[in-house]
Amino acid sequence: MTPDLLLTATLVLLALALVCGSVIAIASMRRPTGNIPLVDRINHLLPQTQCGQCGHPGCKPYAVSIAAGGAINKCPPGGKTTIAALAGLLGVDTLPLDASHGVEGIRKVAYIREPECIGCTKCIQACPVDAILGSAKHMHTVIMSECTGCDLCVAPCPVDCIDMIPAQTPLQRWHWWQPHNQVLIATDRLPRVRV
Amino acid sequence: MSSASSPVYDFPGGIYPPENKSKSLRGPIRTTALPPQLWVAVTQPGFAMPLLCVQAGEHVDKGQLLARGSDSAGLLVHAPAAGLISSITEHAIPNASNLPELCVVIDTDAADSNWHKLLPLDWRDAAPDLLVERIAAAGICGLGGGGFPTHQKLHAALQQVDTVILNAAECEPFITADEALLREHAADVVTGCLILLQITGANQCLIGIEDNKPAAIAALRQHCTDGRLRVVIIPARYPSGAERQLIQTLTGKEIPSGSLPVHSGILCHNAGTARAIARAVVYGEQLLSRITTLTGAALLEPGNVEVLIGTPVDFLLQQAGVDQQQLSRLFCGGPLMGIELPHAQLPVTKTTNCIIATTQRELPRPPPMQACIRCGLCADVCPVQLLPQQLYWFARSSELEKAEAYHLHDCIECGACAYVCPSHIPLVQYYRSAKADIRDAHARQQRADHAKQRFEVHQQRVALEHAQESRRRTERAALAQPALPAAGNNTSAQDVVAAALARIQAKKAAQASAPTVGKDEPA
Repeated sequence: MTPDLLLTATLVLLALALVCGSVIAIASMRRPTGNIPLVDRINHLLPQTQCGQCGHPGCKPYAVSIAAGGAINKCPPGGKTTIAALAGLLGVDTLPLDASHGVEGIRKVAYIREPECIGCTKCIQACPVDAILGSAKHMHTVIMSECTGCDLCVAPCPVDCIDMIPAQTPLQRWHWWQPHNQVLIATDRLPRVRV
Repeated sequence: MSSASSPVYDFPGGIYPPENKSKSLRGPIRTTALPPQLWVAVTQPGFAMPLLCVQAGEHVDKGQLLARGSDSAGLLVHAPAAGLISSITEHAIPNASNLPELCVVIDTDAADSNWHKLLPLDWRDAAPDLLVERIAAAGICGLGGGGFPTHQKLHAALQQVDTVILNAAECEPFITADEALLREHAADVVTGCLILLQITGANQCLIGIEDNKPAAIAALRQHCTDGRLRVVIIPARYPSGAERQLIQTLTGKEIPSGSLPVHSGILCHNAGTARAIARAVVYGEQLLSRITTLTGAALLEPGNVEVLIGTPVDFLLQQAGVDQQQLSRLFCGGPLMGIELPHAQLPVTKTTNCIIATTQRELPRPPPMQACIRCGLCADVCPVQLLPQQLYWFARSSELEKAEAYHLHDCIECGACAYVCPSHIPLVQYYRSAKADIRDAHARQQRADHAKQRFEVHQQRVALEHAQESRRRTERAALAQPALPAAGNNTSAQDVVAAALARIQAKKAAQASAPTVGKDEPA
């Protein structure tokens, strides 16, 4: 092999490496998720109820703690779905929900028993999403569509007039459920009808 | 006009279930007696709560408006017969959920009064907008089973389509409502097609009909004198009557995933809807009745009946001579896509095309579900070329993202996969539940994004209020401060300390003298 040929081959390979490398570099720069910080991506998966049941003062601080390696199973409002999504994002195993932080239930919204409200505005100050309407010494009410069901307005109420009620599911939101998995043995079959 | 010249294309998959159609086609369409009570559902699935135009205790005439949608998109509901509104209450209607919906209950008058019709229109000279308005005023929705308001569908199609397709395929077993309709009212259906052409400005109308309906085809051919209408005979195969599959069969075009037929220049309507359109425009009749098939081995007199909307199913069954001993299950719609009714105290709605009263022998309950054996029969029959087996795994294990990636949302829920499944897995129910879960997940994400935005704005506002408050505080403090330095601007720090020390001295002196006074006093 002549040195001339060797030089050509080396140059060709170098050029190839350069082209491929630059393509990969451009592609990685254009990757949509490449520029979003991990904390924000985690925060996007959290249910944003800002309830603090995880022990952090809001969803963002919890996202920060997860990004730093904290447990992913401390969010009762998100429940199984959120844990699975977080596990998928972070590439870790799913865990059952940590029961010390609460249990996963149906979605609830706050409801103020209006005749009992004294208009103290304490719940308004507690609401993280400004979903309570009212002013001092006037009746307050919850804007149901904006309420995240975080529970934070219940404790400050001096007259205990706030209930957490299940969020309504109208007929339009009804949907099919999965068939029940029947565990059966052959003799469990329905009797054949003779006519 | 000729059918030989129009090509027929193929769609993938499909099944050939037993038709069971002859039983209900023996006689002409019957008219039922006036039921003593009508339950007219006024809510429309997927639409906001309607506005009621009547109240309980009021007397209504036939054709009087009962309720309208809260916006122009909603469906108008008229009184199918004259009578007294005994109540407006929630009542079970045929839907998969068995949840009650708002119904107007009418105690019908024994003597039927005259019908308050709209003014007849000369559709050949009428503007498309006027015709669409008339269709809206007549309360017409898709009678094939979808129930989507027809005027909404037409609004989207104005000047957008070049082909109107009339769906007369009626591929599902047992159902013969459209076939009976075409045998006896082909003229009305053809008029409806011409009105649809007039509205949309399309240049052709393809009438797709399966080859197992010769009498209906003959009746259609007899009335199709306009050159723009073509009767296209397609091979009988389930689900050839599904909208997208029929379009594919007639035009060879596949409607892309996530897009509507209108975007491809095609508008598809059911034969029953076309007749309702013709009656509304030519005679000014509101949609008060429909043709429904009553069939099944438990009925002594199966057949097609022209039935008032709101007629209770048990009344219809009695009219058709139901054998209560034999009756095992009731279906609304066909056996493949229909729903099983829990009882017969339910009213007929605008979309009820068939009631099947079966015996245990005719349609036995499916045997218990067993494990999937990965035979792949479901993939062979899927008309959308999905992978039902993969979708089943994903739906079962709630892997919604994967199910979405495998195009679960393109599933038309025809039930062909479940029909051929040797393990009797209720596949469609898995898909329906997974579809709903995906919709819920999207809704949850939207709610979370909304809450996040509100929380961030709330935090900004609180921070701003804090900043303003602290600024006000410093300002107040700054205002209060000048009183001290005013005593002497050039007093040095040492003077201040000396003054403070002097004050402390004075205070101590005062305290030292005070206890002596205190001691003396009690004595």
